[in-house]
Amino acid sequence: MQVKTMAEFAAEGRQPEVLFWVGCLGSYDARAQRVSQAFAQILNAIGIEFAILGKEESCTGDPARRAGNEFIFQMLANQNIQTFNNYGIKKIVTTCPHCFNIFKNEYPDLGAQIDVIHHTQFLNQLLKEGRLKIEGGVFNGQKITYHDSCYMGRVNGEYEAPRELIQALDVDLVEMGRNRSNGLCCGAGGAQMFKEDEPGEKRINTERAEEAIGTGASIVAVNCSFCNVMMTDGMKAKEKQDEIKIMDIAEMIRDSMNIND
Amino acid sequence: MNISQILFLIVLVIVFKEAVKRYGRLFRNINLGRDDEPINNKGGFRRMMLIAFGQQKMFKRPIPAVLHLFIYIAFVITQFDLLEQIIDGIFGTHRILSHILGGFYPFMISFIEILSVFAFIATIAFLSRRNLLKVPRLNSKDLIGWAKLDANLILIGEILLIIGIFCLNGADKALESNLPEKYHPTGFFAITSWLGPALFGSLPEYYLNLISGFGWWLHLAVVFGFILYLPTSKHMHILLAFPNTYLSSDNPRGRMPNIESIEAEVKSALGIEMNHTPKETIADFGVHDIFQLTRKNLLEAYSCTECGRCTAVCPANLTGKKLSPRKIMMDVRDRMEEVGRKLDDPDFKSLGGDVDNKIGFNDGKDLFSYIEKEEIRACTSCNACVEACPVLISPLEIILQLRRYEVLTESSGPPDWIPMYNALENNGSPWQMTIERDDWIKELN
Repeated sequence: MQVKTMAEFAAEGRQPEVLFWVGCLGSYDARAQRVSQAFAQILNAIGIEFAILGKEESCTGDPARRAGNEFIFQMLANQNIQTFNNYGIKKIVTTCPHCFNIFKNEYPDLGAQIDVIHHTQFLNQLLKEGRLKIEGGVFNGQKITYHDSCYMGRVNGEYEAPRELIQALDVDLVEMGRNRSNGLCCGAGGAQMFKEDEPGEKRINTERAEEAIGTGASIVAVNCSFCNVMMTDGMKAKEKQDEIKIMDIAEMIRDSMNIND
Repeated sequence: MNISQILFLIVLVIVFKEAVKRYGRLFRNINLGRDDEPINNKGGFRRMMLIAFGQQKMFKRPIPAVLHLFIYIAFVITQFDLLEQIIDGIFGTHRILSHILGGFYPFMISFIEILSVFAFIATIAFLSRRNLLKVPRLNSKDLIGWAKLDANLILIGEILLIIGIFCLNGADKALESNLPEKYHPTGFFAITSWLGPALFGSLPEYYLNLISGFGWWLHLAVVFGFILYLPTSKHMHILLAFPNTYLSSDNPRGRMPNIESIEAEVKSALGIEMNHTPKETIADFGVHDIFQLTRKNLLEAYSCTECGRCTAVCPANLTGKKLSPRKIMMDVRDRMEEVGRKLDDPDFKSLGGDVDNKIGFNDGKDLFSYIEKEEIRACTSCNACVEACPVLISPLEIILQLRRYEVLTESSGPPDWIPMYNALENNGSPWQMTIERDDWIKELN
């Protein structure tokens, strides 16, 4: 399969159906790259015409803004908005809840009205429209728990789309004690991902990993690559990385499909 | 006019004058904050009805919610009693409403009595949760000292209130049943019609009148005491929960306020036109004292009843970090009180020098005299505290503003973030990378 950039579409004088905003983790982190690949494979397999910005993509500015550095946020955000305007971008799908939130709730203050959707919402829409078909297959009957990301869950109120996708895989979905609006953070948000923890008794991701282990699930499904990285580390800290896998919902759907490309 | 009427009027006037002073001070303190950006609260009335009046968010924790509901309903309905007592006090009457309302009167009093019993049980339960069961969120180190005493004083006050009502009603009922020809019957009261005669029935008239009068004055004394005590107590939430939920914003939770002056600077550097004139505020480079917080932030600090639901779900706090969202709110309030005290002190001299607030107040201290950097640095911005608060307080908004100050004004902050800033500026990603942004597609193509 071929992943095309906006520049390539523009050269052909065409617009894709949607821009896939990959995000920094999805672009650079080895674990998160596999999520980007899985999502691209799904879109490709069901014939959604999408583009990426490629080298023209940049950070949304979320970690800078939440760390307190408004200058860097403004630099990045306004440059991104220029890029969007250059290509006439109207619709964005992203695999990152932090990118989703900032496009949806903060870019409008800077004059950018973008129709942004998170990949789990997008896939759920496609499922309901019948464009995406999900069969249980490999995950049939497996015990799976779902970790709500803060920025899709509590912050943007999206608890069900990811769960509906997981349930479409015919799995045995078990909830952790703290779920939906009570979900516990993985510890990465607010730019914590990019610094050492403040002094304390334990790491937040260890606390969350312990809760996930307690469900007896063999897979922890996530919808955020920050959570993915943190939970993977948490499982390593508990030496459970071989028994319990952390998977993005896009990877699970991809694995359930017959994708040869 | 009898002596009791005169005494009552004197007390009433003193309480009123003192209340105006104390609530005026609180209102002044809230107004030390800056103006909110235009308040966007179209849904405010609905939220006030559901969340303050209807206690919707309390029910995330059902046991305390039900107990709290008993006290809350009893409090609201007892205003009927209070109204009657004030009329009686001024005009020297006794149970004036029983003459006016007929059969509705004993119904109301019965209702109040039954709810008072429930409230009594709830108050005992609350005292036990704090002092015997030691529920963790009510015994954390945030509350050591005054906060803990404050909570217990309020609960003890509630018990005294209820004792007052039952003494008054009980002695009256005993009088009515012992001497029906002398004391006009006021109807059947659900509890005291049997409890009164059972407890006090054997006492002579003189003592019964004494108990009735004692109950009447005790109830009023505690109510007046509460009115004057509230502005210095966490219990202020019984009044401020309403304006606080009403003034809560419709803005999405995930939206941090924009700093328009920085936006304008960056846009001009990039050659982008700004479609409106930037509005500058004193919080453009973050917040370090109460003067840069909004009045809504300060109202929130006074609305906080220190229940600790926020801290109990804070991932940083749960894993042993210093951050406690409740403490942030308490610190803001304490700082407000400190500034207020100094403003009221004729001997206080502002230090002068560079100050960034509208009244030029400078005592060499700020919020960072209360809040350590380590606390605000531990926040993951997960919004659990915001979700948990039963009266729509956002400790997160304040934490993020304090961070802005540390980073933008002090050019400080966690050293780990410096490489992140550099990478963001040079590379457009939080890490300095050697691979390309679209390398991940190579495996697919």
